[in-house]
Amino acid sequence: MSGPVASEAAVVVSGVDKVFNVGSADEVTALSGIDLTIGAGEFVSLIGPSGCGKSTLLRLVGDLLTPSVGEVTVFGKSAHAARLDQDYGMVFQHAGLFDWRRVAANIELPLELRGWSRADRTARSAEMLDLVKLTDFGDYYPRQLSGGMQQRVSIARALSFQPKLLLMDEPFGALDEMTREHMQLELLRIWRETGTTVVFVTHSISESTFLSSRVVVLSPRPGRIHSVVDVDLGDRTDETREDPAFFAKATEIREALRADKDVG
Amino acid sequence: MNGGRTLRMVATTVVALLLVVLLWEGYKWMGGQTDDHWPGTSIGLPTTTDDLTMPHATDIVGELFEEVRDGRARLPLYLFLLKKGWYTFQEAAIGFTFGLAIGMGLAILMLRWRVVERGLLPWINVSQTVPLIALAPIIVTWGRLHDLPDIFSISLIATYLTFFPVAVSALRGLQSPDAAHLELMRSYAAPWRTTLFKLRLPAARAYLFPALKLATTLSVVGAIVGEISIGTKTGLGRAILEYAQRYAVSPEHLYAAVLGSAALGLSVFGLVSLAERLVMKRTEGMQRADEVVA
Ligand SMILES: Nc1ncnc2c1ncn2[C@@H]1O[C@H](COP(=O)(O)OP(=O)(O)OP(=O)(O)O)[C@@H](O)[C@H]1O
Ligand SMILES: [Mg+2]
Repeated sequence: MSGPVASEAAVVVSGVDKVFNVGSADEVTALSGIDLTIGAGEFVSLIGPSGCGKSTLLRLVGDLLTPSVGEVTVFGKSAHAARLDQDYGMVFQHAGLFDWRRVAANIELPLELRGWSRADRTARSAEMLDLVKLTDFGDYYPRQLSGGMQQRVSIARALSFQPKLLLMDEPFGALDEMTREHMQLELLRIWRETGTTVVFVTHSISESTFLSSRVVVLSPRPGRIHSVVDVDLGDRTDETREDPAFFAKATEIREALRADKDVG
Repeated sequence: MNGGRTLRMVATTVVALLLVVLLWEGYKWMGGQTDDHWPGTSIGLPTTTDDLTMPHATDIVGELFEEVRDGRARLPLYLFLLKKGWYTFQEAAIGFTFGLAIGMGLAILMLRWRVVERGLLPWINVSQTVPLIALAPIIVTWGRLHDLPDIFSISLIATYLTFFPVAVSALRGLQSPDAAHLELMRSYAAPWRTTLFKLRLPAARAYLFPALKLATTLSVVGAIVGEISIGTKTGLGRAILEYAQRYAVSPEHLYAAVLGSAALGLSVFGLVSLAERLVMKRTEGMQRADEVVA
């Protein structure tokens, strides 16, 4: 069951196909023959053209979908068991906060579900608000915050219980360029400080290059892994974005995406 | 801020009332001038405007301060109506409470099991097509057969009218959360009950309150119709029935009683609106933080 590889790996996807609407006229093969191993503490991005199955792969890892063929193992157990063990923190494109809860209460939601005491919850949400630079906003309601601030709350919520695995689906998609770059740095800081494993879906070549230790390039129809690019740029700062090595990596990823197109 | 809104509401109500009185009296005056025809035509007005059909507004209001008999005592009509209204209010409140509980219960059952929704929802709809006038005597007779107090049967009629909007809108509200919110709860491995209490019920409130306002007025209607068909000696329904029979002699009485039931309907409506503000105020009407904090 849990071999020597699986026990060191955070996520093992082996031989996975995902077919939607099996047997009906609108049957779609979203993913085909996916093999992917993500080590504990890695930051891995999934990139590819729209509709290639990035979200589907992420949701398979998070046990929000089940594979049609193959299996997904998370920390040596099935994805389902990992979900029941509450190993996941998830952040989606839209913040998905509860309008009727104050910002702090939103962050505390997963802690409440885990039965934390009120004092512990309050302490942790204060800590999390500091982390995402929203220290004074705990008593606000989500609608009083800008989109970018809401997204930061959603990240704080996902991190509040220190999940072993953080799944993020285009979390910065709705943000402007400035906020987005700021949030990228914040996310990397949090990742370094907490040592969590991150699987990050994005459309953006520069974003995946800047953030990841590895970039998985997917190709469409049916979704397959085209290639995996290792990105070793050391500790990222704002200067990294102007580093020739950064451009070289981005170009490598761009070419992998282009190669897709020629095939497709 | 809040006081201003209340003041504006009161002012609007007063102005609206004045407008109704003005229309009433204007129409009556016009009818008097033209012998109940539209001015300059031979087309008759839809209703005659004599003092029997349309007593003066001042007479109706004045009547409220005339003394009437209540058993052995004598008291002003408005106090009499207030007393009767209090009784009807209790019936309506009991009916409303049960209707709320039953409606919520049904909605949660339908949410939990699709089969229940498919099997039950058509019947819930059909239930409201049974005319009240047919239903009331059945409930009353059944209640008496089982030695239940009349107030219970009357409340049951109010319940029958109120559970429907509650059930239908609560179900819609409970089903309203986004897929994204439901998936979030799923990612936390939250059990069904937790999702109900932390997500679905709070989200349902916005759907529920408009239905509750409708339900309050329906509960008053139910209580009044119930009183009339049960022939009870108390309540606004009884007063309306008596004054209706004596309409030819003193039409002002009936109008005054109708005013009383309208006031009752408005006050329960107001109570629910107040509850709504207390429960919902927290999420609305505040400035965005980035406008407040420079
Ligand atoms: N629930 C579903 N039912 C049917 N088909 C689906 C479902 N979810 C996804 N698909 C299909 O699977 C394919 C991959 O979808 P997916 O959402 O994973 O793409 P994506 O790479 O995340 O795209 P984008 O970048 O636009 O978000 C698409 O063809 C889509 O139509
Ligand atoms: Mg997607």
